[in-house]
Amino acid sequence: MPRASTRRLVAGRGRYVDDIPAKGEVYAAFLRSPHAHAAFEVVNISAAAAIPGVVRVLTAENIDPVCPPWKCVLRNAPDLQSPEQRPLARRQAVFQGEPIALVVAQSRAIAEDALELIEVEWSERPAAISLEAAAMPDAVPAHENLKSNICWRFEHRSGDPDKAFADAEHVVLRRLVFARKTGVPLEPRGILASYDPSTNGLIVHVSHQMPHQFQLHLAELLGMSPLDVRVICSDIGGAFGIKMHIYPEEVAVCAASRILGRPVKFIADRVESLSSDVHAREHIVEARMAVNTSGMITAIDVDDIQGLGAYSVYPRSSTAEAMSALRAVGGPYRFDNYHALLRSVLQNKVMTGQYRSVGHPVAAAITEALVEDAAAVRGEDSIVFRQRNFLPTEAMPWVSPMGARMIDLSHHACLERMLTLVDYPRLRQEIDTWRQEGRIVGLGLASFVEFTATGAEAYGRAHVPVSSLDGVMLTMEPTGEVRAQCSASEIGQGIQQGLAQIIADAVGVRADKVRVALGDTAASPHGGGAWSSRGAAITGEVAWTAGRKLRNELLNVAAAMLQTTATSLDLRDGRILAADTGAERIAIGDVARTVIFHPYDLPAGTNAQMSVSHTWGRDADPFLPTNGVQASLVEIDPISGLVRPLRHWVVEDCGRIINPLLVDEQIRGGVVQGIGEALYEICRYTEDGQYGSGTLADYLLPMAADMPDIVVAHVETPYSGSQLGAKGAGEAGTCGAPAAVLNAVNDALRPFGGRIDAMPISPVDVLRALGKLPAKAGA
Amino acid sequence: MMASDEPTAEISCTVNGQPVRAHVPVRQSLVDFVRHGLGLTGSHVGCEHGVCGACHAVVDGRVVRGCLMLAVQVDGRTVTTIETDQPTAQMRALQDAFFERAALQCGFCTPGMILQASELLTRTAAPTRAEIRDALSGNYCRCTGYHAIVDAVETAAARLRDKAAA
Repeated sequence: MPRASTRRLVAGRGRYVDDIPAKGEVYAAFLRSPHAHAAFEVVNISAAAAIPGVVRVLTAENIDPVCPPWKCVLRNAPDLQSPEQRPLARRQAVFQGEPIALVVAQSRAIAEDALELIEVEWSERPAAISLEAAAMPDAVPAHENLKSNICWRFEHRSGDPDKAFADAEHVVLRRLVFARKTGVPLEPRGILASYDPSTNGLIVHVSHQMPHQFQLHLAELLGMSPLDVRVICSDIGGAFGIKMHIYPEEVAVCAASRILGRPVKFIADRVESLSSDVHAREHIVEARMAVNTSGMITAIDVDDIQGLGAYSVYPRSSTAEAMSALRAVGGPYRFDNYHALLRSVLQNKVMTGQYRSVGHPVAAAITEALVEDAAAVRGEDSIVFRQRNFLPTEAMPWVSPMGARMIDLSHHACLERMLTLVDYPRLRQEIDTWRQEGRIVGLGLASFVEFTATGAEAYGRAHVPVSSLDGVMLTMEPTGEVRAQCSASEIGQGIQQGLAQIIADAVGVRADKVRVALGDTAASPHGGGAWSSRGAAITGEVAWTAGRKLRNELLNVAAAMLQTTATSLDLRDGRILAADTGAERIAIGDVARTVIFHPYDLPAGTNAQMSVSHTWGRDADPFLPTNGVQASLVEIDPISGLVRPLRHWVVEDCGRIINPLLVDEQIRGGVVQGIGEALYEICRYTEDGQYGSGTLADYLLPMAADMPDIVVAHVETPYSGSQLGAKGAGEAGTCGAPAAVLNAVNDALRPFGGRIDAMPISPVDVLRALGKLPAKAGA
Repeated sequence: MMASDEPTAEISCTVNGQPVRAHVPVRQSLVDFVRHGLGLTGSHVGCEHGVCGACHAVVDGRVVRGCLMLAVQVDGRTVTTIETDQPTAQMRALQDAFFERAALQCGFCTPGMILQASELLTRTAAPTRAEIRDALSGNYCRCTGYHAIVDAVETAAARLRDKAAA
């Protein structure tokens, strides 16, 4: 079923932040540090302030009195050390692009003119840029007076990994390098903040994934009550995790609106987005896998160095990404001994943070590369190796070495389905034929577990105010239609439609009789918004229960009106029916009208509720594990070294599917982001911290002509702990695609004796692996 | 809004069938003019350097990048945006097919995508999937992975052919 709300979007009638005007709005532009690390003084703003059309020039001197600094603190990780961050940096800039001043003017263009006239004295400092260098004990500090750039160190050991490695028949080892990338939602970050001094009220339209969390943080930072801060997220032009953080620019704009007492708008341009949105996935991972004589995985050992940028991102932390990766390593397999070491490193670069499928793609790439190596060293097909080592269905529930409860997973079934889908023996034969013809072709598989629909403990134990609960309020209109107000957020994934369908089924009306409102703190209870593929699994479950409550109310009133019992009635397609014969008794609109306009016709004390609400969050299972298999077929151009994905297949188990059309497109879109991660996308910095990927001509995104068709199939294992059985689906495509592509490229390169150990897979690395370019010095 | 000493020029053009006269800053892009001057916010600003295609508008029958063209350049010309109340048969067929096939998620790229695909279908009645992919490679979509968009353009093309044959 298509999404009703997209009729607006195909007509160009969307309402993204920059499409929303406020009377008297003025426009903000930021002066940003040109240096990766420097001390500075803003010495003169008068020339900038004198430009006609400039309303005000603001620096930390002006903003600090209305907004204190913030700092990433995780109570359950007290050793995590991240410096304070401000809306506008004060005397120290720690990454290129960090905002240091703000001009508010009658137009964005005038504001930009004024930026050029702000006089700043800079004193450059050495910068900590490359991950390896920044992690060294004697590294240049990323902040003045920082004793070490290691922001957080974590070590986990379960079982006896040392013994398992000592006893192993085979030990395979990989060092994989993952480059920084970013989410690139096509709508840049943007905000319109309107402060009304007469009421001390702030209305904020913002392109953000979780309005309630944003509201809480804004209120706290500006010293206001959340009751006086209304956050509205209307249409969101893509987010992917990029729009779930507290950024200096958004807070500075709210502070500016408060100072000026008028609406201030800021829409990031693409250069600003690419250089100040959170980046993600900067890791150097050394991983080992121990395999015994029976070909069983006995241990995994992972040493991960993660790049954080200049701060651990507020409020959820940058380290969450690496923790997520360490939790997902080895996901589909049963193994008992695990050692993981993490060092998360501060650098003079923009912050890294949660991006679609947070950490999982790193884990899947490592795991599935080791699986290929282990199968190769045993001289067997990696499919056989996977099948032998998968966590069997009968062993579940099973607690993984990192403490994840593995339930309701279907590794064998998904792989079987995949082998049928790709017609595996025939495809292998075809590949052999192509190779004989001189083509460089490879097939790669990746099994994975992705943890979705995060529960309360993940951030709750850290005392970060992140709601994993959602609220749904339903109101029966006098027309028999249902108005729903939900704390989920629509960011293009289609949850608005999914919730309408769930509520419709729960109540017994058609989906087009349900109108779902989202993304407004004034219109729904506090709740989680959009993150962690949580909509169907959490908000959907709440919506189902709320819908059943409303149904019961309607049946009870109808029973009173019809002088019968609720159990003898049914509610379908907006009509109250006799349960036994199916004969229509009364339309629910008539029931609602009676309650609202003619309550005197009801028996005394009926007190029917035409609005109900329900709030829920999962108590059990901190995460809902999902699983799947992806396969990638690639061809390498021997002249250029370019990798072309020819076909891509996904078999996904995300539990109960609410809307198959939307789920499949979530998966396809995720896959293409994963292919981008594997082949193109990289945020480059020079050695002195100059950002080099600031345009879409430098930062390469997957384009239509480069992408393959993507075949999607499903195995459906409902979550056993809920009524609907839905789990997360939105990030699964991104989770497994990079691993599948990496394995496919390495399959193609195998006859040449070369191998790729870095993502994105560059044509130069491919040509080196083919022996067409000399190996890298020192490699 | 513009400050008093901002250099401006007067232009006359036709936008979505209506005559328009306006004073525009000489440095204002076409997309900023239609969005902020005329309130036609269906053309979106995605990159401002001519790569992403979200800002597409149609000028004298050709799809242009609204961020690379200045407002003063449409003086005397005819501009059509996604909001037009006289959409072509191609646009209507594409809008229906995009909706039905879920060929959009966040919708930010969609107006540009539809205008570009419409130009393709005006030129080529029965494009192959590869031709569709080539034609749309100047339009970035970060949500769908393109597969559904290619499906929708194929469907729209087939319906237009059926209609023409009927």
